[in-house]
Amino acid sequence: MFEWFGRVSFCSHTKVTDFACHLRAGRLVASRCVACGHLAYPPRADCPACLSEDFTYHEISGRGTVHTYTRIDAAPAGFETLSPYVIGVVDLAETGRLLAWFGPSIPESEIAVGMPVQVVPRLFEEIEEIRVYYSLERPEAPGAGAV
Amino acid sequence: MARVGVVGIGHGVFGRRSDASVQELAFEAFRLALADAALEPAAIEATVIAAVPEYHKQRSIAGVVQEYLNLNPKPAWLTEVACASGSAAIRTAWMAIASGLHEVVAVIGCQKMTELDTPEILALMGRVGDVQWESTFGTTFPGYYALFARRHMHEFGTTAEQLALVAVKNHHYGALNEKALFRKEITLEKALASDPVASPMRVYDCCANADGAACLVFAAERRARAISRHPVWLDGVGCATASMSVLRRPDLTGLPSAVEASRQAHAMAGSTPRQVKVAEVHDCFTIAEIMAYEDLGFCAKGEGGAFIADRQAYIGGATPVNVDGGLKAKGHPIGATGVSMACEIVNQLRGEGSKRQVPDADLGLTHNVGGIGQYCFVNVYRRD
Repeated sequence: MFEWFGRVSFCSHTKVTDFACHLRAGRLVASRCVACGHLAYPPRADCPACLSEDFTYHEISGRGTVHTYTRIDAAPAGFETLSPYVIGVVDLAETGRLLAWFGPSIPESEIAVGMPVQVVPRLFEEIEEIRVYYSLERPEAPGAGAV
Repeated sequence: MARVGVVGIGHGVFGRRSDASVQELAFEAFRLALADAALEPAAIEATVIAAVPEYHKQRSIAGVVQEYLNLNPKPAWLTEVACASGSAAIRTAWMAIASGLHEVVAVIGCQKMTELDTPEILALMGRVGDVQWESTFGTTFPGYYALFARRHMHEFGTTAEQLALVAVKNHHYGALNEKALFRKEITLEKALASDPVASPMRVYDCCANADGAACLVFAAERRARAISRHPVWLDGVGCATASMSVLRRPDLTGLPSAVEASRQAHAMAGSTPRQVKVAEVHDCFTIAEIMAYEDLGFCAKGEGGAFIADRQAYIGGATPVNVDGGLKAKGHPIGATGVSMACEIVNQLRGEGSKRQVPDADLGLTHNVGGIGQYCFVNVYRRD
């Protein structure tokens, strides 16, 4: 089901495919190594610390702060009709980083390095097949934190 | 350990080369390098080809080039680490000679990037990052460097003007390089008024795809002294990697692989960053050159913007950088770029840089980055 993740999917087969199912159900999940407890986002099947292949999913809050961002004007194939769009890299509260678009609750003029954001699971409603993603929203925005 | 020297350099014209196939481009550079070394083709014991396969219609390009050079049945192989492929070829040539396996090895970087049409280029551009977690959001190559630029601005106060000044410098020197794609000076105003690509970067912050080839002939020390009256020695080779993904890069204001590769190269050569008289750095985007000043120790961390604003990267400054125009003005045929950098350093250390010659250049450095620093090769060259 990992082909559900993203507007254009380049990776349909992975051992963390249930990530997309969790996202569809409104949950953002990291992976946790059963052997040593290593928590990773993005989730990964194989523990980089102890090499174990035994992992579980662990829901995270989606809270984070903007580390950096860019507005893409020259878009690649599959994204032409969306441009310009603003991509942010977010330091997540629990662990790791996430890259996503800024959603409608944060206008481009208000985007700044260091601002707090909430990662919100979303469905591409204009696309017929199931396509899930997440956006970066103002923490107090409607829908944010409701996951 | 015996030294490995460069005895021949050959550099084709970079640009939209609709007059030539990729193997024909390779031949141009090979012919020039052999003439420069005054060697017959039979002297070449092995060939290392640098190219990035996904840009070519022709698969297995090393075989095609080796045949067109009429070098069968001598050994040939391909090296590929994205935009650093040329330096990977140089590194394996060094290994082949230092191991004693071969005495004379040709390195050829060649790339024809204009074979692909725009939709194919746009599709490739959408898969430069981690395709599982990042490309799904429409990331691009300039977009990644823009993420670095934004963070560098945030932490150190680097400005869009300082970024653009890198392009102004590189176009200044590119105008003096007959092999460059762009041979025109630009103004700061023109750079700052160019179309946005990925904020804060504009068109003039980005290098251009190009076709082209470059060739180096390396030889073991004893052979090098016999072949050449002015061999240039590859005395330090450094190579390091960093994570593919920006999600796993703690610091987005520099390339950790560049810092490590530089450390290795200087340790091996017994040199220091301050001794570098001329450098070729990987300015695929203007922010990349500013980060290179810092990663390579030409200035302190965070002072890269001031380094270009104070003209320290010009001839006459603390460390002249990319005095052949860099990727920005020469164009960036990705497989050829690392080899092109080494050609320029050899040219400078021989004192044959003409209008672009750095005075008293006796130690030179190349810094060739693959992707956003997933791979970085830093090499130190010396003349006798």
